[in-house]
Amino acid sequence: MRWLNSSTEAQLAVIAVIVFAVMAALSPDRFLSVQNITSMAFQFPEFAILALAMTVTMLTGGIDLSVVGIANCTAVVAALILTTFAGPDATGADAALWLTVAVGVSLALGVLAGLFNGILVAALGLPAILATLGSGLIFTGFAVALTSGSAVMGLPAAIAFLGNGTIVGVPVPLILFAVLALVLSLILTRTGFGLRVQMFGSNPLAARFAAIDITGLLVRVYVMSGVLAAIAGLVVMSRANSAKADYGSSYLLLAVLIAVLGGVNPYGGYGKVIGVVLAVLAMQFLSSGLNMLSVSNFARELIWGVLLIFVMILNTRQPRRPKQKPETPA
Amino acid sequence: MKMDFARNEVLVALVIVAFCALAAASDARFLSIATLTDLLRSGIVLSIFAVGAMLVLISGGIDVSFTAVAAFTMYVTAMLLNAVMPWMPWWGAIAIGMAIGASLGAVNAILIAGFGLPTLIVTLGTLSVFRGFMLTFVGQKQITTLPPGMRDFGRMMMLRGTNADGSFYSLHVAFLFTVAAVVVTWAILYRTMLGRMIFAIGGSVESARRIGIDVRATQAFVYVYVGALAGLAGVIHASMARVANPFDLVGLELSVIAAVVLGGARLAGGYGTLTGTLLGVALIVLVRNSLIVIGIPNTWQSVTIGVLILLGTGLPAWQAKRAAARAA
Amino acid sequence: MTDFITLSGVTKTYAGITALDDVGFSIAAGEAVCLAGENGSGKSTLIKILAGVEQPDLADIRFNGARQDALTPRASAEAGVMVIFQDFSLFPNLTVAENIAFSAELGAHRRLYNRSRSRAIASAALQRVGVALDLDTRVETLSVAHKQLIAICRALASDARLIIMDEPTTALTDREVRGLLGIIRRLKADGVAVLFVSHKLAEVLEVCEKVVVLRNGAKVAEGPATDFDAVSLTRHMTGRDVAETPPDPLAPGAPVLLQVRGLGKPGAFNDISFDLHAGEVLGISGLLGSGRTALAKALFGLVAPETGSIILAGKAIPLGNPLAAVHAGIGYMPEDRLTEGLFLMQSIARNVGIGRVDAHGGAGLLNLSALWGEAATWLDRLRVKSPSIEAPVRALSGGNQQRVVLARWLAQQPRVLVLNGPSVGVDVGSKAEIHGIIRDLSQQGLGVVVISDDLPELLATCHRLLVMKDGRVTEDILPQSTDETDLAHRLAS
Repeated sequence: MRWLNSSTEAQLAVIAVIVFAVMAALSPDRFLSVQNITSMAFQFPEFAILALAMTVTMLTGGIDLSVVGIANCTAVVAALILTTFAGPDATGADAALWLTVAVGVSLALGVLAGLFNGILVAALGLPAILATLGSGLIFTGFAVALTSGSAVMGLPAAIAFLGNGTIVGVPVPLILFAVLALVLSLILTRTGFGLRVQMFGSNPLAARFAAIDITGLLVRVYVMSGVLAAIAGLVVMSRANSAKADYGSSYLLLAVLIAVLGGVNPYGGYGKVIGVVLAVLAMQFLSSGLNMLSVSNFARELIWGVLLIFVMILNTRQPRRPKQKPETPA
Repeated sequence: MKMDFARNEVLVALVIVAFCALAAASDARFLSIATLTDLLRSGIVLSIFAVGAMLVLISGGIDVSFTAVAAFTMYVTAMLLNAVMPWMPWWGAIAIGMAIGASLGAVNAILIAGFGLPTLIVTLGTLSVFRGFMLTFVGQKQITTLPPGMRDFGRMMMLRGTNADGSFYSLHVAFLFTVAAVVVTWAILYRTMLGRMIFAIGGSVESARRIGIDVRATQAFVYVYVGALAGLAGVIHASMARVANPFDLVGLELSVIAAVVLGGARLAGGYGTLTGTLLGVALIVLVRNSLIVIGIPNTWQSVTIGVLILLGTGLPAWQAKRAAARAA
Repeated sequence: MTDFITLSGVTKTYAGITALDDVGFSIAAGEAVCLAGENGSGKSTLIKILAGVEQPDLADIRFNGARQDALTPRASAEAGVMVIFQDFSLFPNLTVAENIAFSAELGAHRRLYNRSRSRAIASAALQRVGVALDLDTRVETLSVAHKQLIAICRALASDARLIIMDEPTTALTDREVRGLLGIIRRLKADGVAVLFVSHKLAEVLEVCEKVVVLRNGAKVAEGPATDFDAVSLTRHMTGRDVAETPPDPLAPGAPVLLQVRGLGKPGAFNDISFDLHAGEVLGISGLLGSGRTALAKALFGLVAPETGSIILAGKAIPLGNPLAAVHAGIGYMPEDRLTEGLFLMQSIARNVGIGRVDAHGGAGLLNLSALWGEAATWLDRLRVKSPSIEAPVRALSGGNQQRVVLARWLAQQPRVLVLNGPSVGVDVGSKAEIHGIIRDLSQQGLGVVVISDDLPELLATCHRLLVMKDGRVTEDILPQSTDETDLAHRLAS
């Protein structure tokens, strides 16, 4: 149980509990209801999976600003396949077939998008911020071009299972997130790839001298981010029963906030999945609680922004993190 | 190495010329004063933003909150003037706008220069804070009746005329403000020690510290100045649009950053020219307004701008990598 | 002669480590003083304190008799104390003229920038050192020697009374070192004092009046330059009293392990060929700038040579590819362990185990206990002292840190190990132990290449020595046939 000793993660657990308690105290009847708990369990996986994607790239000292663009673009393509070949009345084997195709295509596109980002960052040496800023615009742009800006509707009813269904009473998106988080955690802590990612993030120069295959590493990292983004896009599509180029635009900020709140060092080299999970829970409790207090969407964004800044300021007080990015480039 | 430095500018200029040639070929009316004044009009606000963004990049940081600053400023200025100072003349409205913008810039300055926080994530945060604050506590409805000062400003044209075919063209006085912003920024960068220090910090923060440059004060200035510029851009935008819509402007950041990196400014800092930035703005304006004239539907606008960002940074990065491999 | 600067009782500790302990000496106007010491001896800290970049815990610092408390970079600069750090602290994106005039303009508290005035300042400074450079070239395009010149000019333009040079000869060729010495002489004649801070002082002893030696934060020797020579300086810096014995000669008939043929990279090294036998320790030395570091990196693939080949056990290795080099069995210990060798924030175990990841699972799940267990074994074998292998590696001493990097490579069972500066900044005891480790490795049949400036180290560990100059191998010496003084002459000539 080594993670209990790690102060960041223990602190996060405490924070999550506090937020839950405060929100429960503010709206006791509604917040603590079964309906709310279930509702929360359906809501958070959307942005939580994006936060996982953000974590992976941040561990290497980079960032993926295109995750929302990838999510929407892959969802739009999947939706177009479904509306063209299946339609809202499709059922049974027919629907299953096209659903599988759509999901497969979406994931493949996620891989391609990640490859694109990875090549920009690793092979061309573009700074991650600019590379993913540009690619994100391209992915979103494709989604706009394919849909002329409007939503793609008329999906087969079966799509709802991914985002709204339950298995033995447990919401499917929750199961999906749990599986992804577990797998990512295993990869980061128990595989050679994960170890290399963390070492690279700590000191890219030493990684080169230690003969780590940096290009391969970075490409893989951005592909993982792309796939996770595509999965998130599918969940959004399922819950909204449609796909649009600008869904979840506020999720980018939220993903960065959760990663930073979850203890991921934006300069690279440190971050644990459990921390991100706890941060996700804290943010979901906050979100639901605020909703019950009839706080508007805009106020939520305000609060997120304030939180992000607050957490970053707190982080500078911790001795473990380096304050400035070292000047030697990779 | 001078040729290399100017390379971005040369490339962008060539692309602009090619674009215009293609456009003129498909629509002869493209090369007219009306088009020029239209493009200039579109470029007014964008240029002011770009000049500010360029300054931030030169200093070694990146700011994505300036559009939120502009939106906040224009909305609050309009509201404020309508409520308590309806007699305020146009230049007062602009001054107030710049003051509000500067104060918001000061928030960034405190976080970045004071606390030393990473610039991208912090300005992502302040973007949400400014926007969220405005939409939650100030208001969400458009202000269709602008205060007289802004209304007057909206009508001030510096030149107007009629084409042979009876259509009108005009150039707004705000264009002069853009020119002023460019000139003042140029003067700061190339005629003051402050400007030298901004370049120095972008080139090497550690060296700047060692020779005794007050890095924090210089950084603080940059963000406050950019805030003031954003405020100016916001007030101009609302005046020209005849309405203060709080949902305007946000989303432009990416086009602005595209313009700036196309013009040769580097994310690592220390590099950037006004010529390059303005050329970048010109190209982005062409893309935003006239893509359809060369046969690309407007829905492909975002993709085009994204591709331009990648080309604008990718080509120099590719060059740098090859040079480094040869030298190593 | 009035003293321009006097220091006494300078003490500084960083988180429990004493960087400087009661150090004091003086510098007179127009005097050239050599401050000698290895990496980690405290000389860098002393410079930073004089420059006002760091604050000492205790110190009595006087400029012309006036006591200075709480020096800042600006105050120090105004008093005329200018430091030229190893990286020169220049602005790569600004021109020659802008860089040279910068401090002067800052010092004059100017608000406006006048291009012609800075060009005038810059030309005047360039004239004073007797060099002509294009004022409008951007500094990032210049050679290291020219950058150093610009740094000196910048100090002069700000009316420097004392110029402190940190490791000035590090990246200069012989000819450039001569040029630098000439400039120093002109400065002294002009009344400007110079403080040379270095661990390589053979070349500069001739311009210094006084030498001060630091070791582990304390002053261990001080005296006129004529009292010292390269050998005695090294003795004081390292504290080594007993000369280590050179290794036994190599057994005849040892198979050739590594063959380097005609390796070349324009601008770095040219036509390098040598054989390395199994069990042989080959030393490569040369003044910095001779190409030896580039050659060492080329053996490992960090630098891509354009001509020639490297053949290990009969098979040619792809050039310029570190992964291929490791695969073939070559390991490389970098010069600068802090930035190039270690992942400071990570644990000792991870620093050691990172090279063996593929062997303990690779694509699937790692066998963590085996991986860390193996790491612990190697740490034991190399006698690394630390409370736990989970502790961050930055908490270790220099000698232990060096052994961690060594453990990482040894765990990969290389056939050839290239060590670049194996005992730089390491205490005496650890130095001897590391040399013992090198001896053990050669007895096990590894081929070892040692790149070093440390002449006694080369003589104590190597079977053969190659001397490099201007990118070529100029001599092939047996340690038995030479000694420190002779070797120093051969390197410098």
